[in-house]
Amino acid sequence: MTYQPQADYGTPASGAHEMVTLIIDGREVTVAAGSSIMRAAAEQGTAIPKLCATDMLESFGSCRLCLVEIDGVNGTPASCTTPVAPGMVVHTQTPRLQKLRKGVMELYISDHPLDCLTCAANGDCELQDQAGAVGLRDVRYAADATHLGQAKDLSNPYFDFDPAKCIACSRCVRACDEVQGTLALTMEHRGFASKISAGLASDDFLGSECVSCGACVQACPTATLIEKSVVEIGTPDRSVVTTCAYCGVGCTFRAEMRGEQLVRMVPWKEGKANHGHSCVKGRFAWGYAQHRDRVLKPMIRASIDQPWREVEWDEAIQYAASELQRISAQYGRHALGGITSSRCTNEETFLVQKLVRAGFGNNNVDTCARVCHSPTGYGLKTTFGTSAGTQDFDSVDESDVILVIGANPTDAHPVFASRMKRRLRAQNGRPGARLIVIDPRRIDLVRSPHIAADYHLPLRPGTNVAVLTAMAHVIVTEGLVDHAFIAERCDAEEYRDWADFVSLPRNSPEALEPVMSVSAADLRGAARLFATSGNGAIYYGLGVTEHSQGSSTVMAIANLAMATGNIGRRGVGVNPLRGQNNVQGACDMGSFPHELSGYRHISDDQVRADFERDWGVALDPEPGLRIPNMLDAATDGSFKAIYIQGEDLLQSDPNSSHVAAGLAAMECVIVHDLFLNETANYAHVFLPGSTFLEKDGTFTNAERRIQLVRKVMSPLAGLADWQVTQRLAQAMGLDWDYAHPSEIMDEIARLTPTFAGVSHAHLDTAGSLQWPVNAAAPEGTPIMHEQGFVRGKGKFVVTDYVPTDEKTGPRFPLLLTTGRILSQYNVGSQTRRTLNEVWHDEDVLEIHPVDAEDRGLKMGDWVKLASRVGETTLRAYVTPRVAPGVVYTTFHHPETQANVVTTEFSDWATNCPEYKVTAVQVSPSNGPSDWQRAHDARATQSRRISHGELPG
Amino acid sequence: MTHLEKLVMMANQIAQNLTHEPDPAAAVAAHIRLFWDPRMRAMICAEEVGGLIPTAKAAVALIRPAA
Ligand code: SF4
Ligand code: SF4
Ligand code: SF4
Ligand code: FES
Repeated sequence: MTYQPQADYGTPASGAHEMVTLIIDGREVTVAAGSSIMRAAAEQGTAIPKLCATDMLESFGSCRLCLVEIDGVNGTPASCTTPVAPGMVVHTQTPRLQKLRKGVMELYISDHPLDCLTCAANGDCELQDQAGAVGLRDVRYAADATHLGQAKDLSNPYFDFDPAKCIACSRCVRACDEVQGTLALTMEHRGFASKISAGLASDDFLGSECVSCGACVQACPTATLIEKSVVEIGTPDRSVVTTCAYCGVGCTFRAEMRGEQLVRMVPWKEGKANHGHSCVKGRFAWGYAQHRDRVLKPMIRASIDQPWREVEWDEAIQYAASELQRISAQYGRHALGGITSSRCTNEETFLVQKLVRAGFGNNNVDTCARVCHSPTGYGLKTTFGTSAGTQDFDSVDESDVILVIGANPTDAHPVFASRMKRRLRAQNGRPGARLIVIDPRRIDLVRSPHIAADYHLPLRPGTNVAVLTAMAHVIVTEGLVDHAFIAERCDAEEYRDWADFVSLPRNSPEALEPVMSVSAADLRGAARLFATSGNGAIYYGLGVTEHSQGSSTVMAIANLAMATGNIGRRGVGVNPLRGQNNVQGACDMGSFPHELSGYRHISDDQVRADFERDWGVALDPEPGLRIPNMLDAATDGSFKAIYIQGEDLLQSDPNSSHVAAGLAAMECVIVHDLFLNETANYAHVFLPGSTFLEKDGTFTNAERRIQLVRKVMSPLAGLADWQVTQRLAQAMGLDWDYAHPSEIMDEIARLTPTFAGVSHAHLDTAGSLQWPVNAAAPEGTPIMHEQGFVRGKGKFVVTDYVPTDEKTGPRFPLLLTTGRILSQYNVGSQTRRTLNEVWHDEDVLEIHPVDAEDRGLKMGDWVKLASRVGETTLRAYVTPRVAPGVVYTTFHHPETQANVVTTEFSDWATNCPEYKVTAVQVSPSNGPSDWQRAHDARATQSRRISHGELPG
Repeated sequence: MTHLEKLVMMANQIAQNLTHEPDPAAAVAAHIRLFWDPRMRAMICAEEVGGLIPTAKAAVALIRPAA
């Protein structure tokens, strides 16, 4: 498609159902009540000149360019701030209006550098367009006092700010306030002296509160705020809509291209997950896609002490297939396995699990979701009958009280966080939703501009179940239960057992206070607030799942939602915030060793028979190994070969030395990735991966929303990931012949009842679909369990608090918990290869001032972080954000490798590792740990590529 | 921790979290059958495995014939 900017209706849609008919320029127009005249005109194709209005923002009425005449009304009202009324007669173009508009434009232009031909925004500038639209031909004012001399602010790595071009429309300020909710920008002074400023007068963008979401850049009608990439490359000439490959929010973007070169990613206004908003990662951090570290040639080696040898695709695939076949013949088919990636598409993930089940002949397939949201699958399936969140993101607009537990949305799910923050702020006379935060850290949401949590319960890591059970105790014993909901929707006997259990005195907030380190009074207050404030919605993240009682916590959350009647309509629900872009999809696609796509157990003869018929092979009815079990089996000698697509086991899985030992014990490790990641240090075959820009397919976000990923450029290494898996399958004798990922989706739909109505063609017309998509819901299902639970009756599950075995003591007195930050993404292999490094170039250890002082530590000191399994070093960051006794770090950098210290303890039901609780000691240090030294040596040794030998 | 020690720990954990089921040992056995690969089941079912708490031990006895 040739380049067109996205349509701008000037003011947001009113959302009203009632319609109003009026006359604009002699034509009858019918629009939603509450629309502005500007929007009504735009909907019928008339663009009223405008500068300060844009449909991402509430109208403001400052530029006076959009004036109109209305019969029977004096003066010339601004069309962006005047709502439509029935029978209104509007004129948008009269000699009087034209004269007024010209006058306004003349003032703007007289203070604007007229360097359009050399301006980076030439052709993509609203000021330029509007000067044309109002017919401005000359400027009568002398430009004696202009802003032209002001210095540019080039500090942000991704966009420039050139105040000389600013027309003081304040769209940027409003975008930062209304859309992003960071309130980083202010308009200083008034009238001619007005000037945009990022925070304090001394601040530049980089040093300010700005989180680089890009909303202001998108809102700016001129070249004042402009992407550096546009300055460097030029304006785009075509665009393709695709889906962000970072987090589970699933923002859709227009990839704006010049030939095969990506110029910029602009959030797509029609995107149902993001409604035109973005965060720094999806918007700007795509430089990794072209990074010089990308490996573009397949490589093989017989043993991991040898250097890599670059080979052609055919040789690499043949070598990999022959090794897999040799190992299967020698050790049996159960010695092979595969890992699907939550970063890859549904189609690719489906193929990898199919390769394992149909090609390797076993069910040893797992996915990185094992280490994040597997407890969500188990917990929600047990209680509600579906392994997925219950709501769409828009539902939050109708929440009255929001409970956030073990999630840090402003860092990990930023675009949804902006949405939630919008609901938490009072708006247009509607009070903001109430907020309860349960988290060991004082995350940003606890207090941010115009938002303050009603309760922050800073629990001791590892006590989620105790806290939720105590809340349930308050709700049941104080009579706050929604009995009507339970009578209609839930199993009565199970409810009674549960209610009796939570009512026990040992589950009261007072009894559990010493365990949780949460004030009983606060906990009672929070429970009452949640149960009595109207629509209550629960959002949770990995702070819930990554515990030895992760699955129990998910079920305790489900219990709480059912007990308070908060399921099955808008504004309520249980909402897992998914880490990676396609965690939901990877789980849906049958990536777990015990279940086929659509969460159906492999032991189900009927389900297996469907697949066997379609695939023409017999399937093993026994569950296979999960990731940690594969590593254990490898050290035992019964697991010998693994195909890993898009996952860095070594950096992301707990207890790195154990992972390394498991990998080292295998005879064939095939890594299929963009970069030589940490796991590749133990690999024998390296297959170059393709980025989301280089392939077609779909991702499914945290709302169960399936969205198309569209190829915008050719795969740099020649093949998309699904093609590589197909070549490997063919080399192993499977008769696969997919010509396009849409054919894989057709197979998924054929074999998966919840996907029955999904196809690429349907997604293309619908924009996106939330599963289940089937005969009962041909256009998808935004809200689950509306007419009763998927499993029949909602199941209350007794969740007894069982303390983790990971205990502090004299040797390891502190509790370490881990997380991530806004600018980096998981193991960082992508974001570390972008300019996002300016915000976070190393992992640091957050430690409370009291704990720091006890150890003689100051801000920035090097410290040794040790647990019973390993030690690493990093710098201390002294902050009261963490409670005394708790330390916190991120895991974005291989040099620190936080997982050297995390243990092999895991969730009882799913083996999801207990990343969030490790007993540690912190002490001063003056250099890298033994692990870091050994690791550096091994990484250097292992990454050698021999260019001397020609491919054999 | 050896692989077997880990499996014992996992079985005990499952047992501790399913104490409220009507028949805890059967629930633990069902869980292990649904989620453990046969070689893990075989290891836990081997004679002489020590360290199992009573419910886990009873569960293992239930799966042993099928392992
Ligand atoms: S980039 Fe985002 S956070 Fe930064 S000033 Fe602009 S709108 Fe605000
Ligand atoms: S920087 Fe752009 S959006 Fe902000 S006031 Fe100036 S012209 Fe308007
Ligand atoms: S919020 Fe998530 S999906 Fe959206 S742009 Fe950021 S990383 Fe991408
Ligand atoms: S667009 Fe209406 S006043 Fe600026």
